[in-house]
Amino acid sequence: MSKVHPVRSHSVAAAGGINAAVSVDDDWRSHAYDTVKGSDFLGDQDAIEVMCSEAPKEVMHLEHIGVTFHRNDTGHLDLRAFGGASVKRTAYVADITGQAILHVLYEQLMKHHETVDRYEEWFTTSLILDETGTCTGCVARHIRSGRMEVFTAKNVILASGGAGQVWKPTTNALICTADGIAQAYRVGVPLMDMEMVQYHPTTLVENGFLITEGARGEGAHQLNKDGERFMEKYAPNKMELASRDVVSRAEQTEILEGRGVGVNGEGIYLDITVVPKKRTLEALREIVNIGKDFAGVDITKEPILIRPGQHYIMGGVKTDVDGATDVPGLYAAGEVACVSVHGGNRLGANSLLDTLIFGRRSGEHAALRSKTMAMPVNDDSILKRDEAMIAEIIGREKTGRRISEIKDELGTTMNENLAVYREEAGMLKAQEIVRRLREEAKTAYIDDRGTVFNQDVLGAIELGYMLDAAECCVSAALERKESRGAQFRTDFPDRNDEEWQKHINTTITADPDAAPTISYSPVTITQWQPEERKY
Amino acid sequence: MEPKKPPQDFTLRVRRYDPESGEAPYWDEHTINLEPHRSVLEGLLQAKGKFDGSIGIRCSCKAAICGSCGVRVNGQPGLACHTHLSAALKTSKDGVIEVEPMGNMPVIKDLIVDMDAVHWKKIQRVTPWLLADDENMPEREHIVPKQAMVDVTQSMACIQCGACVSDCLSMEVDPLFIGPAALAKSYRFVGDPRDTQQAERLRDIAEDPHGMYSCTHCFKCIEACPKGVAPMSQIMRLRRRATGDHHIKDRNNGFNHEKAFVKNINRNGLLHENDLLADSFGGKLNPASGLFLAKSLPVITRALLRGKATLKVALLHPHKAPKDVKRIFDEIENRPERNEFNLYISGTDEDNAPNAQEAPDTTGPLAGKESSAA
Repeated sequence: MSKVHPVRSHSVAAAGGINAAVSVDDDWRSHAYDTVKGSDFLGDQDAIEVMCSEAPKEVMHLEHIGVTFHRNDTGHLDLRAFGGASVKRTAYVADITGQAILHVLYEQLMKHHETVDRYEEWFTTSLILDETGTCTGCVARHIRSGRMEVFTAKNVILASGGAGQVWKPTTNALICTADGIAQAYRVGVPLMDMEMVQYHPTTLVENGFLITEGARGEGAHQLNKDGERFMEKYAPNKMELASRDVVSRAEQTEILEGRGVGVNGEGIYLDITVVPKKRTLEALREIVNIGKDFAGVDITKEPILIRPGQHYIMGGVKTDVDGATDVPGLYAAGEVACVSVHGGNRLGANSLLDTLIFGRRSGEHAALRSKTMAMPVNDDSILKRDEAMIAEIIGREKTGRRISEIKDELGTTMNENLAVYREEAGMLKAQEIVRRLREEAKTAYIDDRGTVFNQDVLGAIELGYMLDAAECCVSAALERKESRGAQFRTDFPDRNDEEWQKHINTTITADPDAAPTISYSPVTITQWQPEERKY
Repeated sequence: MEPKKPPQDFTLRVRRYDPESGEAPYWDEHTINLEPHRSVLEGLLQAKGKFDGSIGIRCSCKAAICGSCGVRVNGQPGLACHTHLSAALKTSKDGVIEVEPMGNMPVIKDLIVDMDAVHWKKIQRVTPWLLADDENMPEREHIVPKQAMVDVTQSMACIQCGACVSDCLSMEVDPLFIGPAALAKSYRFVGDPRDTQQAERLRDIAEDPHGMYSCTHCFKCIEACPKGVAPMSQIMRLRRRATGDHHIKDRNNGFNHEKAFVKNINRNGLLHENDLLADSFGGKLNPASGLFLAKSLPVITRALLRGKATLKVALLHPHKAPKDVKRIFDEIENRPERNEFNLYISGTDEDNAPNAQEAPDTTGPLAGKESSAA
């Protein structure tokens, strides 16, 4: 079930590639160590071992079902360099890897159309739990007809993506509105590491669009206003290919210290002209287009203006290595979930991998569980509740604020106060604003009173999802009084392993509008003890 | 980089349709304020956010990747997110930017069309999944030429937005035509060395009376495609593979017609339709040719009456192919293998683009211009 046609899903935008130690001179342990180090020692090492050791098999499976991975001169998978990786281990399809994988997976759905039912353009409004606290399905709205239905299921797997729209600007699509994160939160599942929000180092100053890390993987440089490759100062070994949190912070420091470029010095130059033109055309086609169409720049001839921009949330619905949440029958995989393999900072080209590995494991585990159980029975109480909720939204007087206004204020507030650099005062201010917006959202009005494709109603529900995610993000970020991975607090600038090498969980309280309850879980360490992180 | 232009007013005229109202579609105008390089989609979202949340449009990524926002802007199909307001203003008739739903597909509401009923049904028609040799699947990846994967990347770049389907002229005449998007998808497998059913796929779409020979080379899909997939070029690649590599003689006479076309140009340099018709059916003396000629008489008469053809041109051959045409034919036909050129190699789909000159050293032995001959 998907609220958009599946090929519109945001995995389509994952450009650069997918990591796997497939090369004969690579080892999955090296991949695992890079991921642990990238996570700033907040990732769970057992989960990282699962992901990295299963990665080669997963990539081969994708190749077998049709993904057109680019080849090297001997006809084997070609691999490109990526941030935070000690060797080249990123398999790719030009710079449309996510699109290629998503479309091939959809091909498989079309292949199995007789045995797999698809519910396209259905919007989930609630998860259903029975009296024992087991997930038994969901309620959803058929967008095209407005009809609401109860879907009864032995297992539900959330694969609904991240929360990028909580920030403005973001590289994320309009559909990334924290739906699954909030749906799970509302039925009592803890959200883990919600403070860990990745700012991608290369987003267009112009409009926040993503420029793939593949550009730096292919050799592009970053320059400040003095034409200096400033990464020398911050990461002398890996330079532009340090992990994303490190590069974004370096850029932000350059900008804050007055060495930015552009009209107000608000950006940094990304110079792709150093990559041979034929290679750019073959392997970075999409950003040639983006440069031309959205920034008016020919990236093969001149540098492009970029800056850090909100891109990914490492946190999400807390799961184990089989994707299982604390609620029996409820699974989560991909950006919606937090296993945690990314910890404080995700490495580029590990997100497609995370999604695929834990998506498959969730499916396999859920299938096994299904075999031993009878189909549950649901009444229509949640359906009736959600129908009433929608009727209330449609029936509102036009006296409140517009949804678009509330969403804008939320986005800019989060981008001001929960970005690359954070400090307590700003986050407290953000918390206050989020609380006010929650109240305003209750009376926000809509124009569309119809049933067919009423996107206004969906917008109102999505706003509620986003506010839940924002609330948890702010609470967790205030709680973590140290700097680790993507969370850098100017008031607590050091990493503090003794007190904070642990996950922060946020759980809903009896009053859904109040701050979530905070609890902790240990970080699983198998073979890599925390050490100072240098690139 | 060019200096930013300040925001200015743009008026959007949006085609609205509310299926629940029982009323006919109507036009709705909104004035929005944005920088001229912002997209038509951003304009629509501003109108939706500020003035009327009921405007229906599918959209998600805003960056021409997800393929949701296919519409017509001033009559031209494309993505709303991929059309600048300034560019749209230039093509508008009266200073107002007109946004309508795509064509060839039923409208559900406002700018939202039923893609399942048309687009996805046609995609499903071409067996859109890889048919690898499942019994001999390698443990690791298939070993395939580097260039083959670059070649199919162009059709893989399709985002299924439906812009090409919207304005396909052949589909307007024959709604059963498989169409540009699905045929481009077909090339993605036919061009993929891992697929084991290439000949069967080609035979299937050659034999289908609504298949690959129903394309009339109108170029509309190439103009419409926001991703440079150039569906018509993919259809031509399918035909070259069908005739050149698999010698598929189809009951739509596509094989013979293509051969006749090449022969005609080789001989005349320009197209002589009189010869083309006869040669497509085995020459002037072949009874099939006479039969088709007889059937075509009404069309021929109309063409003569309207001055589209003259008796002199139809019966005589006033033009002979210049030497250069013969030289090009010789050069291409003597190549050991046929190579396809695409935007992942040259930066453009045009054979004679400036970048094409720089490309050969990058592609090694496989470099070369696309040949039009089989």
